[in-house]
Order: sequence, then C-alpha cells, then structure tokens
Amino acid sequence: MSVLSAFRDSSRARVILEQIRRRDTGPVCIMEFCGGHTVAIFRSGLRSVMPEHVRMLSGPGCPVCVTSNADLDRAVALAKTPGVILATYGDMLRVPGSQESLMQVKARGFDVEVVYSTLDALSLAEARPDREIVFFGIGFETTAPAAAAAVLQARTRGLRNFSLCSVMKLTIPGAKALLGAGDVHVDAVIGPGHVASIIGSDAWRFLPEDYGIPVAISGFETLDLLMATDALLRMIEEKSPDLVNAYSRIVRPEGNRKAWGMVEQVFDTRDTSWRGFGVLPDSGLALRESFSEFDADIRFNISIEESAEHPACRCGEVLRGVVTPLDCNVFGTSCTPESPLGPCMVSSEGSCAAYYHYQRVSTAVHPGD
Amino acid sequence: MKSKHILLAHGSGGSMMHDLIKEVFLPAFDNPLLRQGNDLAVLDNPGGRLAFTTDSYVVHPLVFPGGSIGELAVHGTINDLAMGGARPLALSVGMILEEGLEIRLLEDIVGRMKLAADNAGVPIATGDTKVVERGSCDGMFINTSGIGVVDESLRIGGAEARDGDVVILSGTIGDHGVAVMSERKGIRFTTPVKSDTQALHRLVAHMLEVTTDIHVLRDPTRGGVATTLNEIAMQSGHGIEIEEDLLPIPPAVTGACDLLGLDPLYLANEGKLIAIMPARYADDMIAAMRSLPEGKDSCRIGRVVTELPGVVRMKTGIGGTRIINVLSGEMLPRIC
Repeated sequence: MSVLSAFRDSSRARVILEQIRRRDTGPVCIMEFCGGHTVAIFRSGLRSVMPEHVRMLSGPGCPVCVTSNADLDRAVALAKTPGVILATYGDMLRVPGSQESLMQVKARGFDVEVVYSTLDALSLAEARPDREIVFFGIGFETTAPAAAAAVLQARTRGLRNFSLCSVMKLTIPGAKALLGAGDVHVDAVIGPGHVASIIGSDAWRFLPEDYGIPVAISGFETLDLLMATDALLRMIEEKSPDLVNAYSRIVRPEGNRKAWGMVEQVFDTRDTSWRGFGVLPDSGLALRESFSEFDADIRFNISIEESAEHPACRCGEVLRGVVTPLDCNVFGTSCTPESPLGPCMVSSEGSCAAYYHYQRVSTAVHPGD
Repeated sequence: MKSKHILLAHGSGGSMMHDLIKEVFLPAFDNPLLRQGNDLAVLDNPGGRLAFTTDSYVVHPLVFPGGSIGELAVHGTINDLAMGGARPLALSVGMILEEGLEIRLLEDIVGRMKLAADNAGVPIATGDTKVVERGSCDGMFINTSGIGVVDESLRIGGAEARDGDVVILSGTIGDHGVAVMSERKGIRFTTPVKSDTQALHRLVAHMLEVTTDIHVLRDPTRGGVATTLNEIAMQSGHGIEIEEDLLPIPPAVTGACDLLGLDPLYLANEGKLIAIMPARYADDMIAAMRSLPEGKDSCRIGRVVTELPGVVRMKTGIGGTRIINVLSGEMLPRIC
C-alpha cells in the first residue's frame, strides 16, 4: 500500500469517524482556513457524515478569492500596457475585475500568458527579450518562496525584462482579522498544512494562546482531515485548547527555514487590501527596496480608476464565513463557473465553486442506504 | 514507396495516389468488398433495422502506450454501434494526412487498423484519402463510419433507465486518459498505464444472451464515467447513485491522477461500457461479462433512484455523499 492510499483507507476512516461521533462537545463550529481543505472536505463528503452538532465552515484561504478588485484591475491595466506580456496562474484568468477579466483582455488581443510556475515566467523573459514580462504574483506563504526564488534568479541571470506585481498575502493577519471582526463564532480551526510547511506549525500557537481556540494542522487526504477534526474535538471536550500537528509527515514546528529565509531576503511586509476584509496592516508582501528594479509597480507606475464589485456578489461575506454560498441569491443562477460574478465561483479552491460542484443541492443519504 | 514522407501529390488523384493506395492501403485492408475497386461498397442486408454511425479521431500523440489513432478509429466506431445493441457489418475509413507525415508511421497505423478490424471481424469496406498542406492537421486525422443491424426487439437508450436498475461497469477506468496524458507530458511510470482501447461488440452480444432487457448501454469515452452518467440521469429524468469504494480504479491510474491533478471519473475510456438494467439480472450479467477478456473486471458500481432527478451522487469511502457534476470549464486536450 502506498503512503497516500493508506491515508484514503475507508475502514480506518470509519474507525476515526466513530470516535468523532462519541466526542461529547456540545454544538461546535470548526473552520478550515485553507481552500485546499475546503475542496478535500467536499470531495470526501466529510460534512455530510459529521454529527449534527459539529458544523464545518469554510474560511478565507483561497488566494484568488481574497485578491481585491483593485489589484485585479491593476493586473488588467498591466496587461494592456504596450510591450508587456502578463504572466499569471490560470485560475486568475476568468475572475471578473471591475470592468473586465484577464480572459476578456486576452481575447481582445493583449498578451496574457498562463504559466504553471514563476520559473516558467523567467523562461518566457529569456525567450522574449523584446518584451517586458510581468508576473502577477498572487498567493500566500506557500507561493512566496517560489516568487522570491524567481526574483533572485532574475538578478543572477541579469534578466532586465522581468518584473513582479506582488499581491501576495500573509495568512496569519487574515486569520486574526477574521477572528477579531467578531461576526462569526469559531470554536476550533483546521490549520493550513501547506502554509505551515513553510512558516512552521508553531506560527499558529497564537490561536490557543491568545484566543483560546484549539488548532490542528492538517494534510489533505480524508484520513488527515478526520484525524485533525478528532484532535480538535478532543481538545474541546477536555477544555484544553492547544496546537496539534496532524500533518507531521510534512510540517515541522519551525517550518522550512531556508524557503522562508529567501522570502525575508526579498520581501518586506506592507498593508494590503483583502476582499471581504478591507486593508489589513502588515498583511501583504512587497519587494524590498534593494529589489525595486524588479517591482512592476515602480517600473510601470500604473494608476487605476476606482474599483467596483458586482452589487449582488456576496464573496466578501462568504470569505469571512458570515454566509455560505447557498445564502447568496445569485449562486447557481446568474453566477456559475461558466459565467462567474465573483472570484469564489472561479477559483478551483473557492467555496462557491466547491459548493457548486459537489453540493449544489441537499445530498443527505438516508441511514441504512 | 519511393518517398519516405507524404507529399501533396499523394492526394492529387494521380499516379502517386494510386501507388499509395496500392502499396499501403490495399495490402493492409484487403477484403472482397475493397477489392472491387469501386467508389462504394455494396453489402448484403442480413435483415433487421439498420444502425449507422460516424466519428472522427484527432488524438495527439498519434501513438501512445497501448494503442494509436488507428485502433481508436476502428474500436470507437464499432463501439458506437455496439452501444445500440447493433451487430457491426462494415466500416468506412476517411484519412486526412498532413504533408510531411512519415510513410513508415502511416504504414504502422494502417497495420494497426487492419489488425483491429480483423480481430473484431468487421471489414473496412470503403475508404478515402486526402492530403493537406503542412500545418493544416496534426499528422493525421481519421474519420470512420460504421453500419450494423439491430434486432427488432431491443429498446436501448439513455432515456430507458428505471428506478431500482443496477449500474454495471465493464472494467477499470481512466487507463486511456492517463496513457495519452502521460505520453503527451513525457512522464514515465514504473508500471506504464496502457490505453484500454478495444472493441466491445462481442461483449454486448454475449450480454444480450443473458437478457435483451438491457435499458442503457454507453461507452464512457470523452468526459469519462462522470459525464456519461450525468447524460443518462438527464435523459431518463432519474437520479444515479454510485459508490466510491466500488469504482475499479487501478493504483497506477490513481497515482498518475494525483501527479497530474486529474480526476479518474472524468478521464476517457476507449474499451469500457456502462450497462443499466433491472437489478434482478445483475449477478448473472456480471458473471457472463467476466467470462470474456474484455469484461473480466466487470462489477456493480451503483443504482438508479427516483430522488434528485437528473443528478449523479457518489457515496464516498467514509459514507458521505457528494455530487458528481458534468465536466465544466477547460476540457482536457485532444485525447481521442
């Protein structure tokens, strides 16, 4: 049995599920911050087998979704700048900006290239010395090391036609803003496994220590999520909030120092705007002054008009966990993956897309089925 | 052949085209119908309703682990006939070749088509070749049409699924999609995944001996099992429930899907069928299907229900449920 298939073993999963059902916690609300977890939870049908008193809620952990319309509009403006090829991850293409999406801009003949990694963007810069390659850098701590590596490589290779438009964000200020807003009650948190692999599980200790909320860092297989959920319920049951690393095959307490060191070398924190949250202090990553020659914002001096979101779109509230996608009037009617009004319906890690693909209607199975 | 590559003149209708037909196509496809050398084939009609189908094949790459565009073109059209319960009588082959295509590759693919047609016992009765300029097609495109006969009593179709019917799958899923995608991306696995391309008309004939009361037969090609089941759910106005633990997915396919970010339920299959029929036939039917090599891994995967008409649901390994949607957004690249 391979490592991964062991984490998909249905019989082991059922044993943990039984244990979860026996936990005496009273009504609890568990939030997963990470969009990857949202998708994994839906694919495994985890929500539908949880006991009635355990509510699972999706949080703001999809980097495409939290990108503000102003930042999207900047990407659109960059793509329209003469001489520029905008390199971006594919998920961004169909996200509607204030006026248009990158896909519409591309259809009008401007150059938008989908890349799978920052290194692809560097190769593009090498292959097209006649053009300015701007990489639209979205993501959390997980993608930041690759962006830092690309900037360092660009300097080593002397690539003068490569620059980065950084809208990268830090998860911990986002989590604190969500808990501080007070409009959603969270009893426990499934901690983001990939983010923790970079910044370390210890970075999430503030949840039990400052907020009294237990956190379990989880992987992305069904068994990972079940073990994390059980650990959270046990801590609630025992009234002893703590940090549990349920993804220890990947995550170390101190994280990946080398990767994070690279991020710190290249980036500094800055205030940045999040969809659904507004501007959060020190929550974004900007290139340090010593790397300003790779900063697309400085190189192109883009100005955009006031940005606007679709009035019916409730993505901001979905991201804060205040409403579920099913509470949104346009969900599945005028907002679908084919013609999205907001980013949560576009991104593969978006809550609305996950609801749409896996749980459009009530899917409860009858006992004994 | 004097030339090693296809030239525009090979499609001109002149002597080079005759050479190509005489030296490549005729020796391979040789049969009495083709030997008549006319613009059409005249077939005997054994009686019954006629079934007629056509399909075009544009796969890239042309050759992949376990098969090529040639086998797909023969098997795919035979299977389209078989899914209506038809006995295939003959095929036509239309080839569109790109200038510069290696003749050796063409001979290889034509040889594979001959072998596939011979093994299936279905003659290639008529054909056509055109050559287009370099850059106008991806090496070669093939169109095949097929004609067959259907028994008067059969009523097989997506709309015929009924409440309580069993859903049977004739074998493992995802093999073809992974074989093509891994070849395209240059990924080698320790256990190479091979395309499952094969003709299914003998399996269907064998199944019809168990009962002619089969409601639906469908081969889950493009869009995979997920898309095919959704089509049946929508056509019949019923819901379909499948069980994750019953799905036969080879470990190598699961591994490749993890690596490439694919879902085996949406991957194309080229030699499998989904059969829906009253549940009382399930055991006998599965036993009969397993007695043939093309159905050796046949199994039950789910059932037809009245709840949630038009929706396909899956009971997950941990006993939860989720919707199996139709594929939305980007289709996989050309795989058949």
